[in-house]
Amino acid sequence: MGVPELAFYGFAVTMIAAALLVVVSRNPVHSVLWLILAFLSSAGLFILLGAEFLALLLAIVYVGAVAVLFLFVVMMLDVDFASLKANMSKYFPLAALIGVVLLMQLALAYGAWTSAPEARSLRDAPMPTAEGMHNTKALGMLLYDQYFLLFQTAGLILLVALIGAIVLTLRHREGIKRQDPMRQMARDPAKAMELKDVKPGQGLS
Amino acid sequence: MADFLETGTGIALVILAQSLLVLGFVMISLLFLVYADRKVWAAVQLRRGPNVVGPFGILQTVADALKYVVKEVVIPAGVDRPVYFLAPLISFVLAVMAWAVIPFNERWVLSDINVAILFVFAVSSLEVYGVIMGGWASNSKYAFLGSLRSAAQMISYEVSLGLIIIGVIISTGSMNFGAIVAAQDGAYGIFSWYWLPHFPMVVLFFISALAETNRPPFDLPEAESELVAGFMVEYSSTPFLLFLAGEYIAILLMCALMSLLFFGGWLSPIPGLPDGAFWFVAKMAVFFFMFAMVKAIVPRYRYDQLMRIGWKVFLPLSLTWVVIVAFLAKFELFGGAYARWAVGG
Repeated sequence: MGVPELAFYGFAVTMIAAALLVVVSRNPVHSVLWLILAFLSSAGLFILLGAEFLALLLAIVYVGAVAVLFLFVVMMLDVDFASLKANMSKYFPLAALIGVVLLMQLALAYGAWTSAPEARSLRDAPMPTAEGMHNTKALGMLLYDQYFLLFQTAGLILLVALIGAIVLTLRHREGIKRQDPMRQMARDPAKAMELKDVKPGQGLS
Repeated sequence: MADFLETGTGIALVILAQSLLVLGFVMISLLFLVYADRKVWAAVQLRRGPNVVGPFGILQTVADALKYVVKEVVIPAGVDRPVYFLAPLISFVLAVMAWAVIPFNERWVLSDINVAILFVFAVSSLEVYGVIMGGWASNSKYAFLGSLRSAAQMISYEVSLGLIIIGVIISTGSMNFGAIVAAQDGAYGIFSWYWLPHFPMVVLFFISALAETNRPPFDLPEAESELVAGFMVEYSSTPFLLFLAGEYIAILLMCALMSLLFFGGWLSPIPGLPDGAFWFVAKMAVFFFMFAMVKAIVPRYRYDQLMRIGWKVFLPLSLTWVVIVAFLAKFELFGGAYARWAVGG
């Protein structure tokens, strides 16, 4: 067994174990930390496939940003797992039914799976072999040349969702004190304070 | 001997030796950087700074590090022990890891990968976990508040750092540091480097780097006056030393990035003088001096001001700059200053 196989089994086993621990660990923060380990292991698998751009993008976007927000929310939530677990027996039959249905569907899909004759060779050479075509460039060509319209449409839909979320949640409450940085920066000592010469025994006014 | 170095074991040993060399460089420069930092603040505040241990107090950091190591590790009650000890390890190991792709001279690099910038960016975006985990596992209000602030701050400034880097990538057409430095090699020495065409972004990058490494004036995660020491408040002894070392290594990394991306890496500023690792180290030292001076001079920002300049000033500016650079590069304006891949150097 060479180094690549060893690395593959290392990453794969770590990923599956971490994914399992996400589900079974009692503490939600630990779950998120295991999820991060799972993401990182899958980034390792991408590197083994020769897709280093995707691997690092996975690390930056999922681990560096999405999981931080997860952790952010989970740390602040005070989830009472005892009360959640108490309801488990009530929902168990329904959950089991859904699980069985999903398993059946997966089994059906797997049974009907045929792989194209050239799939094997594609998997062996995931990188385009053309001179100077490393996978950042290959991805760029795909997204910005070949599928330009689809890619930009997807971006536009995301933008609409983003603006929609802001519009739905934005509200200007009246009657609260707000800090206006422009006004704060425009202040100078001459406008903000006044020097008074207080005579003893007389005071101001 | 030469045959042995061609075998698998030999290659592994060579890589190990190279890694130790880089690690040694980073750790030794760390000792002197902490000393230099304290001397600069002392000079600004008209003090002497460390001057007792060794000549001119130069061994002060060694003494401090030894003291941290031999102290007792105090573990507060109610901490989440695995996460509590993982946090300083993560922040130290990740800070060191990024040096694997930093070149010190032409081809003096541990791993010459073609997505080097993305690697550094990914590693530095993971560094936030050391802070968050440390703050959460400490089971303390101050530590938790510090880690929340830090998470928000690092995510905000990462966005603008990433966009600034995109400008440089567009100009070079590559994400490899060697290619980026080679693209800045020109007939005019210092005026061929990227700081001139990308000038506004140099300033933004420097400020974002301050925020990303939790340096003053953006050291809100560990604001002494309100949060005692932020996420590090419950740490003592070696774990604390690891946090401290990780922070300084991250600062050194940001200095290295500044000099690689905008100031020509190992290229000499004056045409005719030989290029070399000396210039790279000298440039890092200059940027570190700037980091130290900022800490000595600028008062700490308020949290809402920090978020405001991050999202409302830096993000739109750097986004606009990416669009502008894309146009300038596409049409090769200004003699191709923004499209170095096209003019070939």
